[in-house]
Amino acid sequence: MTTPILTLTIDGRPVSGLATETVLQVAGENGIAIPTLCFLDGLSATGACRLCMVEIEGSAKLHPACVTPIQEGMVVTTQSERLRSYRRAIVQLLFAERNHVCAVCVSNGHCELQDLARELGIDHIDFPGRYPALAVDASHSRFVLDHNRCVLCTRCVRVCAEIEGAHTWDVKNRGIRSQIVADLDTPWGTSTTCTGCGKCVHVCPTGALSEKGRSVAEMQKKRPALPYLVANRAEERR
Amino acid sequence: MNRLRLATLWLDGCSGCHMSLLDTDERLLDLAAQVDIVYSPLVDAKDFPEQVDVVCIEGAVATDADEARLRLARRRSRLLIAMGDCAVTGNVPAMRNIMGAEAMLRAVYLESRPLKPQIPADGLPHLNEQALPLHHFVPIDLFIPGCPPAADTLFAALGGLLAGIADLRLDTRFGA
Repeated sequence: MTTPILTLTIDGRPVSGLATETVLQVAGENGIAIPTLCFLDGLSATGACRLCMVEIEGSAKLHPACVTPIQEGMVVTTQSERLRSYRRAIVQLLFAERNHVCAVCVSNGHCELQDLARELGIDHIDFPGRYPALAVDASHSRFVLDHNRCVLCTRCVRVCAEIEGAHTWDVKNRGIRSQIVADLDTPWGTSTTCTGCGKCVHVCPTGALSEKGRSVAEMQKKRPALPYLVANRAEERR
Repeated sequence: MNRLRLATLWLDGCSGCHMSLLDTDERLLDLAAQVDIVYSPLVDAKDFPEQVDVVCIEGAVATDADEARLRLARRRSRLLIAMGDCAVTGNVPAMRNIMGAEAMLRAVYLESRPLKPQIPADGLPHLNEQALPLHHFVPIDLFIPGCPPAADTLFAALGGLLAGIADLRLDTRFGA
């Protein structure tokens, strides 16, 4: 059975996609950029960061494009003053929530949070900073986890569970107290499940996960070709 | 011709933004032809003057003295520019906000086992518990993020103001 092709409108442009695709995928295929942070091609989509929210005609709610399947006749708006103001607020809240000091960060100049701020025209943070006292876990022999820079996108959790199959990472607590943990909240270096593959480091959008020994602005992430890895794995199993 | 009255102010920062301003090299001559620098760490004026057109402020607000200087500059200036990340976000000076001023002073001057342990106090303003960005205290007309903002960015900002461009789109970012 072939997958039906659906037609819809995104930002006034008629586009089409497979019925199994999401609004984010079809927009991307047509060169329409929607900001994302937690989404990474090749990993499951969680719709956690809310940056890819779009307006859909006939619905009063906003919808996260990364987990919204396309529908026939759908009319989608990806850029509006309302969406921009929400996206700006989200990114500003991320900056205010932890200690993001770009000037002294390993990922300065190579950071998706920093890039988002620039793209959205954020030149200051309206909200007061929380300045939480957060740990830096440097117990691993090759990598460092700095909770100060973490935006809780859970890319590390997903790449470790879904691609590497180790599921070393997870999230403890809830809401503002949420924090990434290795195994059952042990120092990373003592984890019995971590294979040391480094995929988590390279999918991390900020300086939260980095290679040990990197100084300011030296951490350039090499995104692993996740869709390629996934496709090859599916081939083998057949 | 009425020359623009420009002031610059140095609060809790490393002076890197002022260095970046100087880093505009020979373009300083063009700038100097159009502005009077009426107050700055780079000139000799002792008091912040009246009727300033533009003031560029580097650094976070770390003490009551900083706050007083900032408020005076705001009252006496038409346009106030938050110059660089410390003025815009708090940046490095605000890293102490995690532990507070007292614990930071103790860690640096007492617990690091210096030769003569003492917290400096003579003639120094009392450190506030937190170092905060300028917009927590006064309205800001233009934010220029960057650590420091590139010389080109600062020159573009001042040049744009001189040319009367209302909506400046500066090519800079936090940490730039």
